[in-house]
Amino acid sequence: MKALLVIALLAPLQAVANLNILACEPEWGALAKEIGGDKASIYVATTAMQDPHRVEARPSLMARARNADLMICTGAQLEIGWVPLLQSQSGNAKIQNGQPGYFEVTSVLSLLEKPSSVDRSQGDVHPAGNPHVHLDPRNLAKAGNALAQRMAALDAGQAPYYQSRSKDFEKRWTEATARWEQQAAPLKGMPVVVYHKDLSYLIAWLGMLEAGSLEPKPGIPPSTAHLADLLERLKQSPAKAVLRSAYNDPRPADWLAERAKIPAVVLPYTVGGTDRAKDLFGLYDDTIARLLAVTR
Amino acid sequence: MHRRLVCAVALTMATAAHAQDTKSEIEALKRRVEELENRAAAKPATNAFNPDISLILQGTAARASQNPDDYQITGFPPTGGEVAPPRRGFGLGESELVISSNIDPYFRGQLVAALSADNEVEVEEAFFQTLALGRGFTIKGGRFLSGIGYQNPIHQHAWDFQDAPLPYKAFLGGRLNDDGVQAKWIAPTDLLVELGVEAGRGRQFPGSDPNKNSAGLWSLFGHLGGDAGAGGAWRAGLSYLKTSPQERSFTDAGVPQSFTGDSKLWIADAVLKWAPQGNGSVTNLKLQGEYFRRTEDGSLTYAGVPGGYGSRQSGWYAQAVYQFMPRWRVGYRYDRLNHGAVSSDLTPVQAPLLLTDYNPTRNSVMLDWSPTEFSRLRLQLAQDKSRAGATDNQVLLQYIFSLGAHGAHVF
Repeated sequence: MKALLVIALLAPLQAVANLNILACEPEWGALAKEIGGDKASIYVATTAMQDPHRVEARPSLMARARNADLMICTGAQLEIGWVPLLQSQSGNAKIQNGQPGYFEVTSVLSLLEKPSSVDRSQGDVHPAGNPHVHLDPRNLAKAGNALAQRMAALDAGQAPYYQSRSKDFEKRWTEATARWEQQAAPLKGMPVVVYHKDLSYLIAWLGMLEAGSLEPKPGIPPSTAHLADLLERLKQSPAKAVLRSAYNDPRPADWLAERAKIPAVVLPYTVGGTDRAKDLFGLYDDTIARLLAVTR
Repeated sequence: MHRRLVCAVALTMATAAHAQDTKSEIEALKRRVEELENRAAAKPATNAFNPDISLILQGTAARASQNPDDYQITGFPPTGGEVAPPRRGFGLGESELVISSNIDPYFRGQLVAALSADNEVEVEEAFFQTLALGRGFTIKGGRFLSGIGYQNPIHQHAWDFQDAPLPYKAFLGGRLNDDGVQAKWIAPTDLLVELGVEAGRGRQFPGSDPNKNSAGLWSLFGHLGGDAGAGGAWRAGLSYLKTSPQERSFTDAGVPQSFTGDSKLWIADAVLKWAPQGNGSVTNLKLQGEYFRRTEDGSLTYAGVPGGYGSRQSGWYAQAVYQFMPRWRVGYRYDRLNHGAVSSDLTPVQAPLLLTDYNPTRNSVMLDWSPTEFSRLRLQLAQDKSRAGATDNQVLLQYIFSLGAHGAHVF
């Protein structure tokens, strides 16, 4: 009887995929899909509707972490409230720091907005720099390469498969990046208000200007006083739009947009944030289309 | 005409050569920038190997209609734990110093030292835990918060009310943190199936710190958990604890008494958390409840004379905490203990605390405001009927501040 129970519990494990991947955010799940194809079984821990800062190490994630061959996270302390618990409590030696089965994407990238000194009076700042790296396509190209190497190392038998998919992705991605840069030319120099500092890489890549943020300090929810202040500043130097990510509370953005008489624009932020953002290509297509709509 | 053509060709060549120069210069600069970036990224921080350190500061301002110094739970043996309500007036809560780090690729370690208001230091937790066993196994050793129940492994500063629910006070002296070992296993399934076993010294209530070669306290626990729709997550558990206290002593109505025998405790717990689309930033809801059942069999020594004693007692609590807008949460908790069946040769007049047939109850409401995840201010009102015939109306204000490393809280 006991043996039967054990077999019944183990049965769902016999999956066809070679690599069991737990992706902390949707963008890394989508990237793993591009490279892993049908050799990777991917579970994404969060959705585009969730603030990656405020996720809990809930039971379903603990169970997935237990079975993961590879965990792909952003790093730079973005997931500091939950990933360390999944690592220490799941009993999985593969996903510990320093193991090939734990990949922090920010470890292969150089980050923007690295503070010269950190103090919590500045809000919830990240000492390693801004962790929201995936909205610069050049970062995704680098991350894709590094990820393919990891996957090839973990599953040596399929190394050529991952490498060839990675090359193919890189080719399509480079072409698409050139196309997006061309399309987005009119956005250069466009001043925008953001909700949180999660669009910094997009703004830097496209040469837009950040005219302010709804959060008075990173991680501090928008206050009426701060919004009124911002509105006053926008009268002096107007912005073209108020941008927010799909997971942000719509009310502060709408409040400001209405009074400043500029559009409030929802960006998908990551894969799944809007209907069109079905994969990484759709994410950028939709983001740029939504921004271009402001200039018309 | 001819000369002009020569000039034009020369000029084009010069421009091309110049462009070539600029291009290679840019390439060289790019390489240097990349090198510098890599060097900056590789530069180790001076304190890179220091453990994560965080400090919790807590305090209360309280009003109570009964004296907290006389606190006892009628019908239940005193636990010796810190179960009384906070002192009246201003009171400093426990300041917790948490130091944790990976030790090497195989172990991590954590110390939680509580500095109490009366200038004492208590080691709340000091343990190592394995990282590299794999296959879902982890082993913990040292002093740690036991994995039984739902609230027991949660540190006090992360509780949703200032104090422990009545069954925790009556059956575990607030919480169980024994010295011993814990082995835990997570099954390789998508549904969380977690099993754990602990062997401890039994150094505190319900144990009696026996001086012997074998373990003085055993516990088992199992958890199931998963997601409920897009926005929900749940966990349910069952725990069992067994210990055999020897001469576990207390004083009731001025007479010294002690219990020797077997103590067994069952706990069933469940928690459900929900937020719209799983995004708890604006609103979220947490429901939590636990049921306790204890049996004790053995002998009760009353003023030096042993006699028979047996009890079947239970208790439960249920609470709901709702964040109705960013930063603000309200909560309600109801707890109750059932005196149950207690058999003894004594009479309620001889042992009023132990034998009065009374079911303690309490109602608590709270409102808290958390400007960031590092600070929280709380107002809590309670009507506490722990003592037969004396209702204690409590009002308290509490602050909880967290300094240093960002903590990760268990689900």
